[in-house]
Amino acid sequence: MSERSAQPVPDPFSPAVTAGGAVAGDIELSHESGLDLKARSQWAYARIRFFRHKLAVISLFVLAFAAIVAVFADQIAPYGFDEFDFEHIVAAPTLDGWHIFGTDQLGRDYLSRVIYGLRTSLWVALLVASVATVLGTIVGAVAGYYGGVVDNILMRLVDLILVVPFLAVLLVLSAYLGQGKPIRVGIIVALLIWTGLARIVRGTFLSLREKEFVEAARAAGAGDMRIMFRHMLPSTVGPIVVTMTLLIAVAILLEAALSFLGFGVQPPTPALGKLIGEGAGEGFSSWWLVTFPGVVIVTLALAVNFIGDGLRDALDPQQRTRA
Amino acid sequence: MLTYVIRRLLFSILVLFAASILVFWGMSLVTSPLGFLEQQPGVSEQTIQNIKDRKHLDDPIYVRYGNWVRDVFTDKFGTETISDQPIWPDLKRAMGHTVQLIVAAQLLAVLLGVAIGVYSALRQYSAVDYAATMFSFVGLAMPVFWLALMLQVLFVNIYLWFDVRIFYVASLNSVDPGTGIHFVLDRAQHLALPIIVLAVAGLASYSRFMRAAMLEVVNSDYVRTARAKGLDERRVTMKHAFRNALIPLITLLAIDFGAILSGAVVTESVFALDGMGLYFLTKLNAGDPYPVMAFLMVTAVLVVVFNLIADLAYGWLDPRVRLE
Repeated sequence: MSERSAQPVPDPFSPAVTAGGAVAGDIELSHESGLDLKARSQWAYARIRFFRHKLAVISLFVLAFAAIVAVFADQIAPYGFDEFDFEHIVAAPTLDGWHIFGTDQLGRDYLSRVIYGLRTSLWVALLVASVATVLGTIVGAVAGYYGGVVDNILMRLVDLILVVPFLAVLLVLSAYLGQGKPIRVGIIVALLIWTGLARIVRGTFLSLREKEFVEAARAAGAGDMRIMFRHMLPSTVGPIVVTMTLLIAVAILLEAALSFLGFGVQPPTPALGKLIGEGAGEGFSSWWLVTFPGVVIVTLALAVNFIGDGLRDALDPQQRTRA
Repeated sequence: MLTYVIRRLLFSILVLFAASILVFWGMSLVTSPLGFLEQQPGVSEQTIQNIKDRKHLDDPIYVRYGNWVRDVFTDKFGTETISDQPIWPDLKRAMGHTVQLIVAAQLLAVLLGVAIGVYSALRQYSAVDYAATMFSFVGLAMPVFWLALMLQVLFVNIYLWFDVRIFYVASLNSVDPGTGIHFVLDRAQHLALPIIVLAVAGLASYSRFMRAAMLEVVNSDYVRTARAKGLDERRVTMKHAFRNALIPLITLLAIDFGAILSGAVVTESVFALDGMGLYFLTKLNAGDPYPVMAFLMVTAVLVVVFNLIADLAYGWLDPRVRLE
């Protein structure tokens, strides 16, 4: 992270100027003075800034690895997630039978269960982040674009969600509407965490609304929808992508907490939080049952947060000074 | 100013009513504590009918909601469905324990967080700064309940191997806690791990936040002015920079109250502490809407109050902010 401030990268294109018209790839410009200048697109600069954040790049590899393991869980996991091995019951990590993460109370290979748990948790996290992002963007865009009464109603709705104790409501909802299905749990979590993004998008739209290019688009006869989503949205892409990344980490942690408390994903589907909960029920001498799924959760959340940090450097450099 | 407070409070009351209707309707439609009772072979229909009559559960839902609202104001949240136990004494006792936990953890987190944040900002990019940054990244990526469990695993195994009890890993007291100083020490030995868990979660975000706030202030014009007129460095940092950097943290603390409470719910559940979080989870599992509603209303009122305090404090501490 130290390199970040060493060489300030010129950022000649303010997001608003290149909105919707970013040129892909590099263009060579030759100046009369004989100086060769390389003109780069906004995205090329973003890429450079991102790759300067070493932790973010490493995290990208970690996350890619996790994603591959999750997608090919059936091929990679040495055992099925509900396959019993009666010779090894609550066995500590051992090379005997390749139970390198040990086995649980029913003799199920814990590495395989963690791999399948990773698949569930990643899937739920992506679902949550996508739904929350779409919802937050639409609500924020509509509120910021129309302003007035619409804005007031939507923002009071956001206040309403923010005012009630978050985890408690989440627990009540998922206890009675979640019914343990990953997709339902995901949607319920998403319905409660889109508010932060909505506020960010609304703020940007409020200021973009007054810009000349919006006026130009309107003069050219573009409709509200077109102005909002073709002209204004591309200028907001940076903050949205950054926030979405951070939402993935939030979702991973929330789903883990819900499943741990018994209100999230239900057995037989293994989820990382659920594995920790079941492991804790086995008493604390079998430390591996609690440790390994937790390490995976921390690694995932950490990687996603670092990537978010890198993306903020890349796409939203003004936010650097803030937290 | 006064109109601002009144408008905020009126709006909050409206929101609380809306939220209470939503949760009450939702819970009553989907679940009932009687469902479990009805499946018990030993329970006669007469018993169940008696409970229904007592709580007027056969009335339409808006009548039941009305009854609930009446009970909230006249009977301190009324009674539980099956046992007919009054809710408030239990909730009040549990709240007292939660307050002990939260106050201790927040004190620890804020003091350490401010110290680390300020040091990191003054020695930016030093080894300590990097270590603190790493710590807060890991802290923010770590589920609270997992940290709690790992500490339990650690201290249980220390006890098993070395026969030394450093901290207790569950509940609030020993069976026979003693009195006076013995009681306090016993309580401290029980609360130590939960306090550490909550404090780590807070520390991770406060130190990060304080660092950012301090950096912003240290690089501002009036600090440069103070330095230019020849004040010594200590005065510049402590009197000019530090005080102003504290303002955003104070508001963060008040706004974060809901999140702090959520952390307490999870922590209490792991350590089996008789606090309001565990109370809530137990009643939620039993499917009884009345105590769950009581918990939600109490915490929602607290969140509203703390949010209001946050805004007022901000306006008071930073006169540039005007509330309309």
